[in-house]
Amino acid sequence: MPATTLLDDQHDPLGVAARRRRTEGWLVVLTVTLIVTGISAVGAGAIGIPPLTVARIIGHHLVGLPGEVSWSPPQDAIVWQVRLPRVLLGMLVGAGLAVCGVALQAMVRNVLADPYLLGVNSGASSGAAAAILFGAGAGFGQYALSASAFLGAFGASLLVFLIARSGGRVTAIRLLLSGVAVGYALYATTSFLIFASGSAEGSRSVMFWLLGSLGLARWDALLAVTAVVLVGAAGYLTITGRRLDVLAIGDETAQTLGVAPDRFRIRLLVVISLSVGVLVSAAGSIGFVGLVVPHLARRLVGAPHVRVVPVAALLGAILLVWADVIARVLLAPQEIPIGIITSLLGAPFLLILIRRLHATAA
Amino acid sequence: MIEASRVSWRYGENPVIDGVSVIARPGRVLGLIGPNGSGKTTLLRLLYGALRSPTGQVVVDGNDLSTLPAHEAARRLAVVIQETGGETTLTVAEMVLLGRGPHLSTFQRTSRVDHEIAARCLARVGAAHLGARPFARLSGGERQRVLIARALAQQATHLLLDEPTNHLDIRYQHEILHLVRTLDTCSIVVLHDLNLAARYCDDLVLLGGCGVVAAGPVGEVLDPTILEPVYGIGIRRLDLDGAIHLLFQPTDHDTATERSVAA
Repeated sequence: MPATTLLDDQHDPLGVAARRRRTEGWLVVLTVTLIVTGISAVGAGAIGIPPLTVARIIGHHLVGLPGEVSWSPPQDAIVWQVRLPRVLLGMLVGAGLAVCGVALQAMVRNVLADPYLLGVNSGASSGAAAAILFGAGAGFGQYALSASAFLGAFGASLLVFLIARSGGRVTAIRLLLSGVAVGYALYATTSFLIFASGSAEGSRSVMFWLLGSLGLARWDALLAVTAVVLVGAAGYLTITGRRLDVLAIGDETAQTLGVAPDRFRIRLLVVISLSVGVLVSAAGSIGFVGLVVPHLARRLVGAPHVRVVPVAALLGAILLVWADVIARVLLAPQEIPIGIITSLLGAPFLLILIRRLHATAA
Repeated sequence: MIEASRVSWRYGENPVIDGVSVIARPGRVLGLIGPNGSGKTTLLRLLYGALRSPTGQVVVDGNDLSTLPAHEAARRLAVVIQETGGETTLTVAEMVLLGRGPHLSTFQRTSRVDHEIAARCLARVGAAHLGARPFARLSGGERQRVLIARALAQQATHLLLDEPTNHLDIRYQHEILHLVRTLDTCSIVVLHDLNLAARYCDDLVLLGGCGVVAAGPVGEVLDPTILEPVYGIGIRRLDLDGAIHLLFQPTDHDTATERSVAA
């Protein structure tokens, strides 16, 4: 209908409204996909459960949906106690990794940045290794592993921040370098802990944790904290989208467009460190999601962060849940660490993206 | 109005700007001129607050710039600089709309009014047709015009430009400076080309040797007896139809060599 197109052009000289509608379209499609993904993923596993039954079990627990109980107690337990928390954790971790990746890429102006760049995960790994091998954090009871991983992550971000700030201003390049340095140092610490413990069983569980797993998911405080922090982070990064746009161009541009770059960078650092600390504590280091998903989101909806952040969150959630399904099902009953799946899927994907990038740039 | 008093800056041990005072008046175009390394860009960066002078102060419309929140400062000062974020994947329209940021609250999206302002600003720099293009794939001159459009979209009361005619061909050099001249903002322009400065500025500040050599109306500053020692080149000034034109002629050692060859 040419007439309406013409009218739209007059009211929308820059095509901004058209791009907004496109983004809204993607948000709807991805939200529906996420729900379908969630129900299918809960149904998938050693014991398959039909999607409709899954939906009815979840509905029954959530809102006390009336109707006769047509499923068996074991099905109920598998869906509600085992798989649903796991799928939810997968969504949260995937979304969290994706939005932190988006923010970090803007913050250090490097498209190869990922959420682990700041050494946060190395700190968490050291903490987790200390907990698994030497019983550190035993005072936290069932949360010993997560708590000491989080303390490690927190310590690492503090260290990175203090080193980056030692020159007065926290600049992008200073942050990058201190993150890499602290990351390597803590990686060595983790390796040393494994070496010093001399326990084959212990080092196996550390290794398993390092490669990432959603197996710790329960209906517990940890899941609640993860949800609050990561949903909060995604919200914060969406509403500060315009500021991320200008920060990604340059410090001086940011300043002349009304954003104090140093102060904003420190706030971002706090949000990202907290999110990565929480998600690494809950699920270990899952690679490539935070690096690849931001690129994918930008391809779908363009560069402005107010659009990229929510789209990346949904994409990350969907991808991680499917990666976890593969990890659970592929060699069942043996479970593959999810980090192996995401890296195997992510690496070729990144290569394709790079090829496309060069093709369009030339 | 921007009033800078006794501002300074040094890179390491070398002072570049040492106790300089300048005033830019409303509705007028102030040109900053001087040879390479005389601190034109440094002075401009001090004026928009990218550098904070350890001495003196910069006052913008009655308020000390260092006390203004970044948001408020961006509503008073629009700046065109060379930092282009080479890797950005923003489109031209999105780039220009960033200029509306200082006028929007955190939760506010850009509205139809903002889009119309951005479109108008793009049209004013002759770049209306570029709106949907990726900024990173523009030529140097096109980028420069888009950045000027972004500064215009900021609708600030002051416009500061660092070498805005870089990368521009002769027609756009004149069009852009003509545009700056027709705005009723208080404008400060760093310029290399003295003839462009002569034509489009009201006042000039000539920098040299860490400080101000001369300041005042264009006609007074563009005096060959003042300019020649600063630039180290022979200058003739022609006043044609009320406009100043400068002609340049290498002096000293060149003519000295010619003489020695002739002898």
